[in-house]
Amino acid sequence: MDSLCHSSAVKGAKVLMVGAGGIGCELLKTLALSGFQDIHIIDMDTIEVSNLNRQFLFRQSHVGQSKAKVARDAVLRFRPHISITPYHANVKDSDFNVDFFKQFSVVLNGLDNLDARRHVNRLCLAAEVPLVESGTTGFLGQVTVHVKGKTECYECQPKPAPKTYPVCTITSTPSKFVHCIVWAKDLLFSKLFGDKNQENDLNVRSSDASNSSEHGEDVFEWRNNEDIEQYGRRIYDHVFGYNIEIALKNQETWKNRNRPKPIYSRDVLPEHLNHQNGNVDKKCATDDPLSVSAMTSLGLKNPQDIWSLTENSTVFLESLKLFFACREKEIGNLSFDKDDQLAVEFVTAAANIRAASFGIPMHSLFEAKGIAGNIVHAVATTNAVVAGLIVIEAIKVLEKDIDNYRMTYCLEHPSKKMLLMPVEPFEPNKSCCVCSESPLALEINTHRSKLRDFVEKIVKAKLGMNSPLIMHGSTLLYEVGDDLEDDMIANYTANLEKVLSELPSSVTGGTMLTVEDLQQEFTCNIYIKHREEFDEEKEPDGMVLSGWTQASLEKKDDNKVVGNGGNTSTSMPTEGEREVELDEISEGTEISGKKRKQPEVSAGETNSSNEVQRLDVVDDDEDELVMLDHQDTSNKKKKLQ
Amino acid sequence: MDGEELTEQETALYDRQIRVWGADAQRRLSKSHILVYGMKGTVAEFCKNIVLAGVGSLTLVDDRAVTEDALSSNFLIPPNENMYDGKTLAEVCCNSLKEFNSMVRVSVEKGDLSRFGGDFFDKFDIVIVSCCTLTTKKLINEKCRKLSKRVAFYAVDCRDSCGEMFVDLQKYIYTKKKLDENNQPTAIERELQYPSFQESISVPWRKLPRKVSKLYFAMRVIERYEEVEGRNPGQISIDDLPAVLKLKKELCEAQSMNESHIPNALMEKLVMGRREFPPVCAIIGGILGQEVIKAISGKGDPLQNFFFFDAMDGKGIIENISPPNT
Repeated sequence: MDSLCHSSAVKGAKVLMVGAGGIGCELLKTLALSGFQDIHIIDMDTIEVSNLNRQFLFRQSHVGQSKAKVARDAVLRFRPHISITPYHANVKDSDFNVDFFKQFSVVLNGLDNLDARRHVNRLCLAAEVPLVESGTTGFLGQVTVHVKGKTECYECQPKPAPKTYPVCTITSTPSKFVHCIVWAKDLLFSKLFGDKNQENDLNVRSSDASNSSEHGEDVFEWRNNEDIEQYGRRIYDHVFGYNIEIALKNQETWKNRNRPKPIYSRDVLPEHLNHQNGNVDKKCATDDPLSVSAMTSLGLKNPQDIWSLTENSTVFLESLKLFFACREKEIGNLSFDKDDQLAVEFVTAAANIRAASFGIPMHSLFEAKGIAGNIVHAVATTNAVVAGLIVIEAIKVLEKDIDNYRMTYCLEHPSKKMLLMPVEPFEPNKSCCVCSESPLALEINTHRSKLRDFVEKIVKAKLGMNSPLIMHGSTLLYEVGDDLEDDMIANYTANLEKVLSELPSSVTGGTMLTVEDLQQEFTCNIYIKHREEFDEEKEPDGMVLSGWTQASLEKKDDNKVVGNGGNTSTSMPTEGEREVELDEISEGTEISGKKRKQPEVSAGETNSSNEVQRLDVVDDDEDELVMLDHQDTSNKKKKLQ
Repeated sequence: MDGEELTEQETALYDRQIRVWGADAQRRLSKSHILVYGMKGTVAEFCKNIVLAGVGSLTLVDDRAVTEDALSSNFLIPPNENMYDGKTLAEVCCNSLKEFNSMVRVSVEKGDLSRFGGDFFDKFDIVIVSCCTLTTKKLINEKCRKLSKRVAFYAVDCRDSCGEMFVDLQKYIYTKKKLDENNQPTAIERELQYPSFQESISVPWRKLPRKVSKLYFAMRVIERYEEVEGRNPGQISIDDLPAVLKLKKELCEAQSMNESHIPNALMEKLVMGRREFPPVCAIIGGILGQEVIKAISGKGDPLQNFFFFDAMDGKGIIENISPPNT
C-alpha cells in the first residue's frame, strides 16, 4: 500500500462512474486530479437550479443539459488530456449489459436510488468487476467496497422498504403532519389531477358499507352546472367537512383520540372571493405551465412562512383553479412532482387544512415540499469527503490490496474520537439470494393470487428485476423482451391473469420456481408454500417472501400500505435528506423516509455481522450514537456515551 | 436572527443545504468574510466548498507564481500557461472561483501576509492558512487573537497520504440542543475555550494521552526542521531524511518520549510527500469547510482542536491538544 499516492495502476485503469450528481461531480474531479485517464460516466439526469449549490461543475447556463456531458466538459478544462466518455442514459438500459461492465477495472457508484444501486450491484457481480458504493445525507456519508466472493455485496443485507403508513392512519386518523402530506399528495392530488381509475381510499370508509358517496355520481367530477370556484368549494367542503363528519360518527375510533373538527369553506372564507377572471387567462398565456403559481397570483412571497388557515384555504382554491385554467390538458395524467410549484402549493395547502382539522401544527411550503418530495438534504462538503474516500478505495481495489479494503462512515458526531470511521468489510452473507444464489421461500395463496401479483409484488418490487423470465421446470410461464413472437406475448399476457394453480404448468405448494433477469444475469429459485389466509393490514401483499435475511434485521414495519416516496426511495442515503419526518442517500440523489433513526449512512443498512452493525443517529442533534459493539457478532446493541 | 430575508434566488439555489442547516444559518453565512492564504489543493477544495455554501466574501492571498507543483492537485488552475501569464496563484484561482457562485464576492489581496496589520485581519470572521512556516502560523494566529472581535483561525496542511488541521475559535459560545429528563429538547449554552497554536504545541509530549495520533508528533518534527533550516514549507526531499530523523531523536529525548513512537517510515513519507494527494485534499478541504460553516452558523459542535487523516489507515481523528487548565 506504499503506492497509494503513486499507484501505477491508476494510469492504466478504466473506470465506470454511475451518477454525475452531487457525489459524481466531486468524484470526477478527484479522479482526474489523481491521475485517472480513462473514465466513463453514466447519468440520465439533466441539471436543475437546486443542484448548483453543490454540483460545482455546473452553472446556471447549463440548466436543462445532460449532467454527464457538462461534467465531462468542465473537467477537461483543467485536465484536457484525459479521456472522459459520457452517457446521457439510464444505467438500466439494455446497452449497459454484462459485457459492457466487463471492460472496466472498477465501478464507482454515486447514485441516489435503491433500484439503480441494486441493478448495478448485480451487473458488477455478473461481470466480476469490483464496486465501490457510496451515499451521503446532510453531514453523514458512507463508502463501501464490494468484491465478489471477498466481501458482502450491496444486497447482502436486505434493504429496508420505503416508509409507508397504515391506510387508516392516512385516511382517518392522522396524528403527524407527514400523514396529512401523504393524504394530500397520494390521495387527494391523485384523485383530482391523476388517473381517475386508480383505486383510491380518499373517501373515508365508514362502518356503514352503503355510504352514499360510494356509488352514484363521482363527487370529484367537475359538474356542468358549476363554475370553477363552486367546484373548488364543493371539493373543499366534501373532503375537509363532510368526510370528517362521517368519520366522527364512528365513536369507537375517537375514544382515545382527539376528535377532528370539520372545516367548511364558508367558515374560513368570504362567501365570494374576488373573481379575477381576466387575470387567470393572462397568467396562463404568458408563462410556461410549470411556472404558474398560486403564491404569485395571491402575492404570497416567503416560502418559509406558515400560512394561516384562511391563507391555506385561499391557496387551495386558487391552485385548483389554476390547474383547470392553465394546465387542463395534463389533468388525468399528473403525478406529484416536487419541482412542480403549483402541485407543491396545492399539496401544502391541503395538508395544512387537514392538519388544522386534526389539531396538528401547520407547516411552511418549504417544509412541506421537503416532506412531500422526500428531498435529500445535501451539502458540498460531505460529497467532497466521500468522493475522496471513494478514490482511495478505488486505488486499493486496483492494487488488489484486499487486506486494506475498508468501508468508511462519515459521522456528524465523533465516535471514539473519529469523524471518519473505517471498518473492515463483511464477508458475503451466505443467505443472500443475489450473490450466494441461496433459494427463497414464498408463502402465497396459489388458488387466489394471479401470476401478475407475483410479478409485480415479488419479482419487480422485492427482487428488483427489470426484464424477468419465470420458469417452472422447463416450462416458460412469463418473460419480457424486445424480440418475442406475437403468439408468445399473447400467451404470457394470458398467463398474467391466471391464478398460480391454473397456469399451464400448475404452481402449487412445493413447487420450485426459477426467476431470472437476463440483463442482470441474476437467477433466483423460489420455493412456493401454499397458505390460505393473510392478514390484510399486516400482510397487504397477500404473500410473504422469506429466506433472504438476517434474522435480526428482518423486522419490518407492520401495516404499511400507503407510502411516501414510492420507488425513488433508496436505502442508502444518496445525498440525502436527513429527515425530519420523512427522506436521500445519494447525492446522486433521494431517499424516502421518515424519522431517520437510521440514516442511510447508518452502517446498519449495509453491514452484516461483525463490526459496526448499525449506528443509529439520534435525530435531535443529541450527540449520542447507538451502535453495535465492534467486536460483537451477536447483534447486541450497545450504547456509547 | 433578524435581518433581511433570503431572496428568492438564494432560496432556490440553496434549497438543499437550507434543509440541512436552516435559513438562519444561511443568512449568517451570507454575511461572513473569509481570508485564505496558500492556494494549494487543500485550500482550493475548501474555497470551492465555501463559495458554493454562499459566504459573503472570500479573499485570497498568495503572490507566488503558478508552478507545476501548484497545478498538480489544484483544479482551479487551467493547464494552459497563456491563461496565467504574469498572474499570481491567487489571481488565477480567483478567476475560477468567481464562476462557482455569482452571489459571493471573491477577490485577491496582494502582499506578504505576515506584514499585514491587525486592521487588515479585523475585516474577516475566518482566517485560514496553509503551507506556511511555523513562524508565520504563530504570528497570524496571534494577530487574530489580539483583535477585539473573535476571528477564527485555522491552519491546514497535507503531505502525501496525510493531512492535519488546527482550529482556534478562542472563546466560543454556542447553543446545543439536548434532551432533558422528560425527553423534551432543550437548548443549553456551551462555552468552549481554545488554546492558541503556540499554547497547543507547547504542551509537553509526555503529558499527552498515549494514544494521541503519531501524525501530530511527526508534523511537529517536520515543521521544526523546515523552520531551523530556513526552508519554505514542502521544500524538503529524501536527502533531508537523515537530518530529519536526527532532529526527531533529539526532540523525543528532550520531551522524554520514546523515539519509536514516531515511526521512521512515517517521517520518510512526509519528507517525500511534498505534493498533496488529491483525495486527501478533498477530505481535509471538506472537513475544514464543514467546521467553518459550523463556526459561522453557530450550529453543531465544532471540533477541538486538531484533526488528522491518513489515507493509509483511513481514520479521521480528532485530538484535543490543550494545556491542562483550558
